[in-house]
Amino acid sequence: MPPAPSSFVEPRRRMSVNGWTTLVVFLPPALVLFTLFVALPMTEAAWYGFYNWNGYGRPEKFVGLKNYQLLLGNAAFLRSLLNNGLIIVVSLVVQLPLALGVALMVAGRITGAAWFRMVFFLPYILADVAAGLIWRFMFDGAYGLPSLVTGALGFAPYYLLADKTWAFSAVLIVILWKYFGFHMMLYVAGLQGIDKSLLEAAEIDGAGPFQRFWRITLPLLGPMIRLSVFFSVVGALQLFDVIVPLTGGGPFETTNTMVSFLYYFGITRMRVGFGSAVGVALFVICVTFAFGYRRLFMRDD
Amino acid sequence: MTDAAKPALQPPPGLRPSWLARLALFAALVALAGAVLVPLLATALNGFKELGDLQTHPFSLPEHWVWRNYGDILFSARYWQVLGNSLLISTLTVALTLAVASTAAFTFAHLKFFGDRFLLSYLQLGLLFPLATAILPLFIKIRDLGLLDSYWGIVLPQVAFSLAMAILLLRNAFRQLPGELLDAAMMDGCGYFRYYFFITLPLSGPILSTAAIISFVSSWNGYLLPLVVFNSERRYPWTLGLMAYQGQYSTSWQLVLAFVTLTILPAIVIFLFAQRWIVAGLTAGAVKA
Repeated sequence: MPPAPSSFVEPRRRMSVNGWTTLVVFLPPALVLFTLFVALPMTEAAWYGFYNWNGYGRPEKFVGLKNYQLLLGNAAFLRSLLNNGLIIVVSLVVQLPLALGVALMVAGRITGAAWFRMVFFLPYILADVAAGLIWRFMFDGAYGLPSLVTGALGFAPYYLLADKTWAFSAVLIVILWKYFGFHMMLYVAGLQGIDKSLLEAAEIDGAGPFQRFWRITLPLLGPMIRLSVFFSVVGALQLFDVIVPLTGGGPFETTNTMVSFLYYFGITRMRVGFGSAVGVALFVICVTFAFGYRRLFMRDD
Repeated sequence: MTDAAKPALQPPPGLRPSWLARLALFAALVALAGAVLVPLLATALNGFKELGDLQTHPFSLPEHWVWRNYGDILFSARYWQVLGNSLLISTLTVALTLAVASTAAFTFAHLKFFGDRFLLSYLQLGLLFPLATAILPLFIKIRDLGLLDSYWGIVLPQVAFSLAMAILLLRNAFRQLPGELLDAAMMDGCGYFRYYFFITLPLSGPILSTAAIISFVSSWNGYLLPLVVFNSERRYPWTLGLMAYQGQYSTSWQLVLAFVTLTILPAIVIFLFAQRWIVAGLTAGAVKA
């Protein structure tokens, strides 16, 4: 199919019949699926959020911003916001340095480096539900870790998951256990991309190991760190699967995340309007964060 | 040039440990690996115990190896059914994601048309928010389409939500194929369709497998969507089946832990064999996106 003379000047600009047919066959499936199952539901969530609706018939009871008012006055929701914040803090203050430190240890040629990397990454590929259940056993006061201590000292069994002050720390431990390996692997990839001659040059110039780390390794890892922070926050915001098997949001609704709040208070009670409002709140937080963060920190990456 | 005496073996960037420091480092790594593995080992071993033994010695080898816990599950229909359901759902999701995303990515990589950039950013919106934000309206949509309690009710939304990432990865990779290939193929009268099937796809094995791994893992481990869509237990994927089993035998940890072990076993075995691919796929996907 020789191109027409006019399109010869800019061959890719003007599309041939063949190009149009390809377009008409290749593009619509993605657009239809995405519109139907991603874009439409999200817009509908914004719409349902203004109604009091149980999901049957059509939404008719318009209540304005009432759902959002209820949300902001709901102690369990505020607690879930706080919990999401706690996950983010722990991800940044504990998980990030841990992952980076371990990455420094296993990026080189220490004996068994590959084996260690594999072990640390392993929990990441397991389903959150399974991880939650495994740790429900580990924290069980009568069987798990606490029983070792209380049993040896002759104390009564301690049920961490039923302790409304400390239960959420169990969730945080599980998140650390499951996700630090993924972030470690990001840093390992980043470290392997660093030009060794830079470090050698610095060493010849008399820079000590800590100086080399602060002045060379860390700045060069910048893009990876920004990426890892991004995934930590996004992951924290959508955390749900761990909560259900581990605590079910209890005791006294102290261990919900936003998504588990949405599930227990919106979906299981079929409060479509209220649940949609939670979804919209989550959407706004995610999008604001994603745009803001990319704008501020990831512009050059 | 006193440094010339140093061996070629270079330590990791930033750290040059002495012999003693290396030993301490190694010990720290072993301790950490222990902390990571103990829950998994305890889970597997406790599945071999009787409840009394488990209660008194939760972190040791079984007093008597009770093979029946595992045997009963392995010979039960429900175990194979939940794994089969998961396999079916994940395979359909991966196949459909690759087909739909690669064709769309192909048009964005090679065709210029009115609104192409707009449509691409529209599809990229999917990267910004998780499935959970729209789960209630999504449930209503699936119900209104008559897809509740069907495999398609899971597969289609999963594909839709994995499109954004897959299209991004594939489009970038397709654009990096040398442009001369396309020019030459067009000159020889090869249309876009044939170019897609006989040149683009065969040359894009690694990136297609990356996209496949990402979509398979998230589908295999998926919980929220099946939880909302399925009512009947015979369609449950393993994540729901596990929770149902736990609900039924919640007082018998040894059985629950045996069931956990057997349901996560396929993922662990595949990971051990295809470790390099899976790690590269999951991290490269994150880095390239």
